[in-house]
Parts: sequence; structure tokens; C-alpha cells
Amino acid sequence: MVSPILELKNINKSFGHVQANKNINLTIKKGTIHGIIGENGAGKSTLMSIVYGLYQADTGSINVSGKEIKLRSPRDSIESGIGMVHQHFMLVENFTVIENIVLGFEGEFVFGKKLEKAKEDLQKLCETYKLNIDLDSVISDLSVGFRQRVEILKSLYRGAEIFILDEPTGVLTPQEVDELFKILRSLKEEGKTIVLITHKLNEIMDLTSEVSVMRQGEVVGHTKTTDTNKEKLAEMMVGRSVLLRLNKTEAKLGDVVFKVENLTVKDDLDVTRVKNVNFEIRSGEILGLAGVTGNGQTELLEALSGIRNVESGAIYLNDEKISDKDNLLDPRELKEKGLAHVPEDRQRMGLVTDFKAYENLIFGYHDQEPYSKSSILRDGDILSFSKKVMEEYDVRPRSPQLITSNFSGGNQQKIILSRELNENPKILLVGQPTRGVDIGAIEFIHQRLIDMRDKGAAILLVSVELDEVLSLSDRILVMFDGNIVGERVNKDVTDRDLGLLMAGVA
Amino acid sequence: MEILPDIASLINSTLRISTPLIFAAMAGLFAERSGVIDFGLEGKMLAAAFVAAVGSYYFGSPWLGLILAMIACVSLSMLHGFASVTHKGDQVVSCVAINILMIGLTTALAAAWFGQAGLTPTLTDEQRFLEITLPFADALRDIPIIGIIYSDILSGHYVFVYLAYLCVPIVFWIVFKTSFGLRLRAVGENPSAVDTAGINVFTMRYKALMINGVLISFAGAHLSTAVNANFFREMSAGRGYLALAALIFGKWHPKTALIACLLFGFTDALQIRLQGVELPAIGTIPVQLIQAIPYVLTVVLLAGFVGKAIAPNAIGQPYVKER
Repeated sequence: MVSPILELKNINKSFGHVQANKNINLTIKKGTIHGIIGENGAGKSTLMSIVYGLYQADTGSINVSGKEIKLRSPRDSIESGIGMVHQHFMLVENFTVIENIVLGFEGEFVFGKKLEKAKEDLQKLCETYKLNIDLDSVISDLSVGFRQRVEILKSLYRGAEIFILDEPTGVLTPQEVDELFKILRSLKEEGKTIVLITHKLNEIMDLTSEVSVMRQGEVVGHTKTTDTNKEKLAEMMVGRSVLLRLNKTEAKLGDVVFKVENLTVKDDLDVTRVKNVNFEIRSGEILGLAGVTGNGQTELLEALSGIRNVESGAIYLNDEKISDKDNLLDPRELKEKGLAHVPEDRQRMGLVTDFKAYENLIFGYHDQEPYSKSSILRDGDILSFSKKVMEEYDVRPRSPQLITSNFSGGNQQKIILSRELNENPKILLVGQPTRGVDIGAIEFIHQRLIDMRDKGAAILLVSVELDEVLSLSDRILVMFDGNIVGERVNKDVTDRDLGLLMAGVA
Repeated sequence: MEILPDIASLINSTLRISTPLIFAAMAGLFAERSGVIDFGLEGKMLAAAFVAAVGSYYFGSPWLGLILAMIACVSLSMLHGFASVTHKGDQVVSCVAINILMIGLTTALAAAWFGQAGLTPTLTDEQRFLEITLPFADALRDIPIIGIIYSDILSGHYVFVYLAYLCVPIVFWIVFKTSFGLRLRAVGENPSAVDTAGINVFTMRYKALMINGVLISFAGAHLSTAVNANFFREMSAGRGYLALAALIFGKWHPKTALIACLLFGFTDALQIRLQGVELPAIGTIPVQLIQAIPYVLTVVLLAGFVGKAIAPNAIGQPYVKER
């Protein structure tokens, strides 16, 4: 029998008291696309960082093609034919493509002939795999999709036989994902082995031939992709059965609650990020705002929630003008008028992570009864309220005294959500509600949003996760380069259609 | 024709005054391009000046003094590296510590060894660097223009002056045309990219700091064993800070940093010339006001004219592997 190209035996790794990897055994066959799926914090990235030599395992051994290798630094793993495309690209932004690729493998002290040779080799690789990269362009001028190709080319140039891709599609448009998958398939055809780390079930089903599931630092299952389905995988990931389809009935639309008229917003560098945007939201409706990160969604959300000044245009809540250029209600005043905001960056804007959970649970409402009386906080009432809310929103662990940063991403998000939903807002602005949140919590958060809608709230959902926008929204707007480039009713829309809009080509 | 010798001597002093600034700026360039802030140029320059003067005095050779100054400066750079690279301490604090320590230590040691607070004995001609007269300088003096350029401007400088102007193209070549330079720039921009390429980030930063120590020692030795014949208290007089300003003004690029150093050198040379000069209608400008020119210029340039100086992306951040 041919020995597997990559074999991990009894890998253990701890960071302080946290055991990130427990007794991992994993076998990856040559020439396959092998998926590793698991929720955030399941230990996938740690495991792959060990394989890439960034961390050293506490115990265990790693074999490549039947031979044990010692990994002290990434250099060792590169020499063993392992390449990694990290979630955050490891590129120097003001260097050219070729400079980034030869970095560490220049081959000579003074640049000369070898660099020319490298260029020829790279050009050939680009043609073989249809990467279509201009080697002399500067990284900061490239789109995210192309930067990722540079990473792939980098590994190819260094002679990788095993490609580890860590959450490669998180930042891509659907079209870019298609392109990436094409490249990965052509790598496989050339006999390369691909390890795909992801938390997205669709990708596993689409691309892989085998899949391993990780949960809480352990490999809990291993199967051929053809022998499983999304529901089974999700169940293995979470440890219980999960509802992948939402209980969502037809929206019962009410009056227009929220209206945005010709809104233009600039960012801190004085660049116009939101350009003359118009839309309205009715009560009982979820309006989804799709788009690739950085196309003005953040600035729009900040302006709507009273954090950022409006350059021109106006915002109306129940026909009352709440903001224009000269007059901007602050977040507190907006709150009193029934607007709630779940910010995109929960750790920076949604929470004071050094505070205890019960403090964050009432933050912003802390000066109201029953939480305080005559400007003095009433800890007893706050704590009993907190316990009740944590029960209701299934925040784990249920300890209001725990420092907020010790909660997982999903539970932190539940803390924010419970705080914002508790006052029954008329209009709810939600940014990236499930970014970095595990499947179990996603299910819960989505259901809560639907419930809010059914109670008559108007909801603006800003998300870069297309699946999320599609499954929650009643109506979808697509934002590209600060403009609303398309509006669709959710019934008659496809991924592809939205993807083209998101890429600005439709 | 009377103005020509004046201009020649102004250019001559500009070249000389800029020399320590150039060494310091190039030293800073290596550290900062690697992602380590070097606010400690001032202290290291002072240390180099002191050690060079003392070494030359004891061993009778300015070259030995220079070598000792190099050792001292590299040690200080390593100390800075140990605090801020290995132990990930605050880089500015580590630099400030070096600066303060050196002001005190040089003064105290001078007092302990030579009985004079902050003064070392005057060096004889054998113990210091002398001005170098270029070949045929006297013979060519009478040729118009060329004579002035060659004999009055280029000839008659200390060895450090020539080294400084030689150093800039070499630094440029190393930083932009070699694999070491590529790694140096990368480690200051995105150390993770360097780490994942299998290069040790810490080693790179230490190497950069080592070069930094060598270069800054030239600046100090120039002050105490060439231009002057002894060390005196706080003789670096803010040149380390000025060089750092020139580096920022020059956007961390050797060529533009050189221009900035020359500009600062020129205003200083001009300042010396203007002292005591009577201007029509205004009269004599107070010396203090004139002496302030280079510093005022620094503030104005840094505040307004430079535009956005984009620093190396990872400057000031200790490298920690992501968790």
C-alpha cells in the first residue's frame, strides 16, 4: 500500500490551560482534496499551523510520504513540500508579486540572473494553472481574489505538494470562489494534495472527496464526502442536530418605518464611501444589504446609527427627520426613539470586553430603571435581570460575573443581541450578526431576528455572508463602491445574480 | 567674484556638518526598516563619541578608538533589541532609557576617570583623525571653478565625511538590490510574511540593529576624534533626533534622507555664518534666534511640508505569532 502523503499521529497542543488539539490522528491521501470542517475555535487552524511549522506540537509525530519529519520552523515544512495559504494573507503590501514570492528563497545575495530565471519559472506556472497574475504589479493594487492566487503561486514556486488553505473563501465574492475552486481542481489534476479548512458545509460538499470533522480540539469523525450530507456534518460539528433551514413565514409588511434619502457619507480619510443612497424599510421586513467587505456598508451602518456624520441627504424614522448634514441625533437619542444597533465589530464597538457580562448586558440602558436609581447602579436587580436574560438567550456559561472576553464569539454576540432586542426596537440595524459565530449560535441568532421581524420590527441586515442574506432577508440590496447597484425581492434571486452585482459587473 | 569663496566655504561646512546626521539617519534606516523604532540614536552617538575619545586617548590610535566605539554602540543596540525584540518591551521606552543613561554615564565616567565632569583630555594629532588633503589639491587651486570645487569644497575633509557620502549609495544598494534588503524591508512591513517564508524575524531584526550600531558609531567618533579633539558633555547636541527627523522627512529612503540631512546641515552652516552679521534695517539678529533655525525648520517640515510620511507598517510592534 502506498503510504499517505500526510499523516498526523497523536498530536497534542496546549496554550496555557487551553488544550487546542487533543490526540489528533489524521491521514491524508495523495492527490485528494481533503476537507477539515469545524466551528470557530475547534482547533483547525492550530492544527494546520503545527503542520506548517508555525507552532510546535507538545507531543505527536508528523509523517510526509511515510517519512517522519521534524518541524521546527516553516522552513522545514516548506522543504518537506507543504505550502499554506493563510486566512490573512502573508503578503507585504507594498512589494511586487515577484518580490513577495521570492522572499526567503532569493537564491543569491545580489539580485540578478536567478531573479530572471524565477520570473520565467513563475510565468510558466501561471500559464499551467491559468492564474493570470502580472508578476510586477504591487500587492496593494490587487483584489483580494488575486492576492490569494499570489499565495497559491508562492507555494507552487516553493515546490509544494500539499496545499493547506485556511478558510479561503471568507473574503471572496461568489465568482472569485468559483475561480478559486477551478484552480484547486486543476492543482488536484496535476497530482497535488489539498487540505481545505472551512466551516462552510457547501464548500465541503462541492469540492472534497474526504472530510474530517473537528470539535473542541478533537477529530470527531472522518468520512468520504459521498457518504455524508450537510445535516450529518453539521450535527457532527456541533454535537447535536441543527436546523439548517429557518422557520420563516411570509413577511407581513406594515408601514414604512425607516427611510434613507440621498445619503452620502465620508470616511475618516475624507473619502466618499456612501454615494447618494436611497432605500426604505417597512415594519415586519428584513432588508438585507449584501456586498463584499469595504464597499461602504460599514460607513453606512455607522451613519445610520448616529456614530458618523452625514455629508448630505437625510435619514427618517417614522417620518421624522433624525439626521442630516447639520443635525445628527446621537446614538442615545436614537435609542430613545426606538432604534437599536448591533455593530459589525462586536469586540470594538459592541462590548467593553474587559467588563463583566452583566455590565455589558445593560450598557447603554444602565441609567434607566430598574438598573439604576438616582444615578446609583442597583447591582442586585441588574444581576437577577442578567440571569434571566442569559437563560432566555442561552448564553453559556451562565455566569453574569464572568469577564466578557472569556465568552466565545457566539455568546458575546448573544449578549449584545439580548441587550439590543430587550427594548423591543422599532428599527434594528444589524451588522455581520454571525461573523465568527458557531453554527449552533447562528441558528439561534437567525431565529431571534426572524421573531423580531414577526413582532413588527423593521430590520436592516448588513452581512458579507451571502448565505445569511439569502436565508433571512425579504428584500435584498447590493452595495458596490458606495452605490446601491441592485435591488431584488428574495423570492426570485440567485447566488450568481447577486454575485455579479457584488462584483460590480452587472 | 568675492562671493564665490563664501559659497564654497558654506558648501564645505554643509558637507562636514551633515556627516554625523547622515550616519545616524542611515543607522536609523536599518533599525526602522526592520520594524524597530530607534529613538536612541542620540544616546548611542553620545556613547560613541565618549568611547572613541577615551579609546583614542588610551591606545594612541583613533582607529582603535573607533573600533571600541563600534563595540559600545553595537552593545547598546543589542540591549535595545533584547528589551524590545526578544522581550517585546515598548521600543520608545527602551530608547529613552538608553538616551538618559548615556547622558549620565558619559558625564560620570569622565569625572571618575579624568577628574573633570563631562570632559576627556585633549587628543594629540596622533590620537585623532586629521583632515585629508586630496592629491593635487594645491596644484589645482588656481584653475577657475574646478579649482574651487576640488580644492576648497571636496578636499580637506575628515575621513568620516568621505565615508558618509560613500555610505549612502551602499545603503541604497543593500536595501533595494539584495536579498538581505528585501527581507529587511519585508520584516518591517509584515513580519508574519517573513516568518511564514521560513525566515527568523528576530534574527533579521538583530542583524539590522547590529548594522545600526556600527553606523552610529561613525557619527560619534566623527564628533569627538575628528571635528573636536575631545569629548564634552552632551556633545551630540540633538543630532540624533535631528537625524531621525531627517529619516522621517526622507520617508525612510536613503536618497531622500540624504537630502534632508544636507538641508539640516546647510541651515546649520548658514546659521553659523549669519551669527553677528549686520542686516540692513534690522540690525544684528540675536544668536539664539539664528541657532534655532534648524530646529524650527525641522518642526515646520515635519508638520507641514512632508505630507504623509508612511512609516514601515509594522514599526514599533514587537512580533508575536498569532494565536
